Amino acid sequence: MTNMNRRGFLLRGAFAGATVGVGLPFLDYFLDDNGTAFAAEYGGGRLPVRFGTWFWGCGMIPDRWNPKKQGAGYDLPPELAPIAPVQDKVTILSGFSVSLDGKSNQPHISGNIGLRTGTPVDSWQQIVAPTLDTAIADTVGSGSFFRSLDLSADGNARTSFSYRSGTEMNPSVASPMELYQRVFGVDFHDPNAAEFKPDPRVMARRSVLSAVTDQRRSMMGKLGAADKARVDSYFTAIREVETKLALQLEKPPRAEACVVPQQPADMVPSTDVTERQKAHKLMADLLAMALACNQTKVFNMVFSTATADLRTAGSSTAYHQATHEELVDRTKGYQPTVDAFSTQSMQGWADFVASMAAVKEGDGTLLDNMLVMAHSEVSYAKNHDVNGIPVMLAGRAGGKVKSGIHVASQGDAISRVGLTMQQLMGVPLDGWGTGSMRTNRPVSEILV
Amino acid sequence: MNDRKITVAVRVGSAMTALCAAGAILLAGTAGRADEPEAGVPKLRRLTEAQYRATIADIFGPDIKISGRFEPDLRVGGLLAAGTSAVSLTPSGAEQYEQIARGIAEQVVDKAHRDRLVGCQPGPADPSGAACAESFFHKVGLRLYRRPLTPDEARLAVAQTLASARTLSDFHAGVAVMLTAMLSDLPFLFQVDRVVADPARRSDQTLDAWSRASKLSYFLWNSTPDEELLNAARDGSLMTQEGLSQQVSRLMASPRFETGVTAFFDDFLQLEGMMSLSKDSLIYPAFRSSAGPAAREQTLRTIVTLLARENGDYRDLFTTRRVAMNRQLSPLYRMPYAPRDWSMVTLPDNDPRVGLLTQISFLTLHSHEGRSSPTLRGKALREVLMCEHIPTPPANVNFTIVQDTSNPNLRTTRERLKAHLDDEECASCHKLTDPMGLTLDSFDGAGQFRASENGVPIDTSGSLDNVRFSDAAGLGKALRDSPQVTQCLTQSAWRYAVGRQLVASEEPVTAALHNRFAQSGFRIRALFRQIATDPHFFAATSRAPARTVAARPSARKSS
Repeated sequence: MTNMNRRGFLLRGAFAGATVGVGLPFLDYFLDDNGTAFAAEYGGGRLPVRFGTWFWGCGMIPDRWNPKKQGAGYDLPPELAPIAPVQDKVTILSGFSVSLDGKSNQPHISGNIGLRTGTPVDSWQQIVAPTLDTAIADTVGSGSFFRSLDLSADGNARTSFSYRSGTEMNPSVASPMELYQRVFGVDFHDPNAAEFKPDPRVMARRSVLSAVTDQRRSMMGKLGAADKARVDSYFTAIREVETKLALQLEKPPRAEACVVPQQPADMVPSTDVTERQKAHKLMADLLAMALACNQTKVFNMVFSTATADLRTAGSSTAYHQATHEELVDRTKGYQPTVDAFSTQSMQGWADFVASMAAVKEGDGTLLDNMLVMAHSEVSYAKNHDVNGIPVMLAGRAGGKVKSGIHVASQGDAISRVGLTMQQLMGVPLDGWGTGSMRTNRPVSEILV
Repeated sequence: MNDRKITVAVRVGSAMTALCAAGAILLAGTAGRADEPEAGVPKLRRLTEAQYRATIADIFGPDIKISGRFEPDLRVGGLLAAGTSAVSLTPSGAEQYEQIARGIAEQVVDKAHRDRLVGCQPGPADPSGAACAESFFHKVGLRLYRRPLTPDEARLAVAQTLASARTLSDFHAGVAVMLTAMLSDLPFLFQVDRVVADPARRSDQTLDAWSRASKLSYFLWNSTPDEELLNAARDGSLMTQEGLSQQVSRLMASPRFETGVTAFFDDFLQLEGMMSLSKDSLIYPAFRSSAGPAAREQTLRTIVTLLARENGDYRDLFTTRRVAMNRQLSPLYRMPYAPRDWSMVTLPDNDPRVGLLTQISFLTLHSHEGRSSPTLRGKALREVLMCEHIPTPPANVNFTIVQDTSNPNLRTTRERLKAHLDDEECASCHKLTDPMGLTLDSFDGAGQFRASENGVPIDTSGSLDNVRFSDAAGLGKALRDSPQVTQCLTQSAWRYAVGRQLVASEEPVTAALHNRFAQSGFRIRALFRQIATDPHFFAATSRAPARTVAARPSARKSS
């Protein structure tokens, strides 16, 4: 394509020294006169639908968050006010609950595991089913450089809610700089580069890794069941590395919305809420480009930990402590500090959605070709309530779902949401969850 | 005695501000759980990040830089070591390991290192370099796999090196590619236990000599076996009790034993948390971000000096006034001066700080970012030092009265926490944690001494079970005198050494270890030696049907 070189030249010139942000008008340049563009294809096929989760800790105050009005044009209670600019892109699912079937409610754990696996248990180590993002990654993730990108804005690789089993947590990339290096570092091939030459070093690495692994596989002796499973995981993981190396030997399909971002400045991880918002926004912008550049189709983004680690500098009481300890203000009728942190978390979500919507792709935006499920681990944190855990969706999944509506449930199993996400992403499931969380009813209200 | 032993996996994902729940969680009987060994003993343990780093430094030299993010280790039952037999690799973990390996391999063959590390250049008679590759991979393979390469492995290494060298038109690049694959290989990343017939009892099985060498070395040095230990594996002497004993003596006589002891206490006390510790800089301006790593080192240096170098009594850690100090930390201890480098100092008799619990590491690690937490401190004391399990609080706990810091009648933490004790549901746990934690409340969230809180003098009276005391020194003495503290240390050292949870059939093993530990005057050297020479340490399977020891209810006699 003739204008590719020109495009690359202009971009690098224009963005030299800038951080990640990519202005919309500039991207419009790459669209055709009708605004529908040569971008509406992906390696000659349809644009892929990407799936992601977005997590924030410590829930919300139900009276201050749950919209009253259902359907389109729902009202925005105070804690949801920050999403106003993206409201038409955000669907609210309220009132869906984790039912514990008599198991104890392990604070900040049961709700999260119940929502993500359809089976609540007492600790992450007891997880009996993989989290739903991994099932989706297994269905749509192959062929991408990263089967899934797991991210946390808190600086801690252990902050991840993506698990294959109780001992297999997918660790997070934990800072903007690290994310940049993982995705756009030495192994990155610009899908729009005119030239592609397979790197013989990659060829050699792949061939040797594969030979050594084949030999290793044939040498493995008898093992107990648990060790056998661990060895299987090891081989699966190595196989994934081989696949990645193989991908590096092929010319990547063009990705019209892909603009290689500049390396961000390094940031010290912080629990201060405004600092966290900055780090998260940088990561969101980088993730948007990682998706636009077809580096992954699945991601998990953590804004704050379960038992939200957010705080305000100089205050001896952080968000999580405040949820438990702050008195309900008698005149206001709610916990003011908790309310403020919850609202700031929603600002994080609004920023995230805006980042995804800022990238033009095909005749819409990147967000249109995504399905993002945002959720927390509790509803009202003061009680560790797992009833009415807040869930929000963004993106239109390539036209398969509606945007900007509010669906209120009266305590239905939240596994209905997980089932819907998986079915929309092509996981062959007719039911999901166990015990009273077992369901075969998707949330059909959101389907087009 | 055994009824005091508790093994329970706790994933401490959050700092709880209060704990109240009745009863405990019984974890036994659910098969396939991550924190429970199945019947038999795991044969694979993933190297920890520290072990990986030490291993590379030992094999290739400390100037080889290791850059990249390691897959996080998993803490099981309080120990990262116990998680090594539960974890495998995730795809992103494997990708990271491969990248780290590539970085290492490229340095090994670069111009600055190749003469020393590769040691041969393909000669004119061997244009393709087969002889050089063979000698290199035989030498390095032994160190990396901690056993000799099989003939097939050696053949493959040479063939793949030469094939890559041809592709890349560069012999050393070919070596690097093969080395990268080896560093990503299972027998390098995992300690692998291989089983042979027990020469002492033919009907039984035991670990082979190479596996023994690995276990000994990673336990006592936290690194890979050295040449001499590998020789003892090769000549079979490690399979005899005498040969084993000799090697254990040698390993423990080495200064590197201090590294092993450091690694154990670092894991046992969960001190890696100090590396990412942050305190509110407006509330605690004196606590800079570098204070966390320094406080970690202070505690480890203190322990190693007293226990490994001076062979002191483990219990004295709780009452000693000696502590490692440097110029960075002395202001935080309000000491006028300390030498620039580390040295042992003795705090004056009237100093409020006595023992391990009053060091900045413990006080800051178990506090919030902007305030102290008697409950977190008491909980850590019960769980880490006494191997008890404190249940998580119930979901619907009401903290309002407890933490109303604006209440003019409840000005100190003690007054506010007292409210928990009036609530039956909360009291069962808070009775376990708070009486000890409140004794430490004369140290704020950054570990600084304070005599009062909000203008009210801090009452530091407290109790451990039925023993009452008036200050941190009294708490230290109570811990020193508690048999549960030494039993916990014994059991933790065993679980650390074997790299997994305790199985029920091993209770007699740890009971016997504790007896000998007591007979030695609670010398850590004696305990480590006992473990390293115990035939159970090399048992291929546990003899009795395995099940995890259940958590004993935390409701104790005192409650």
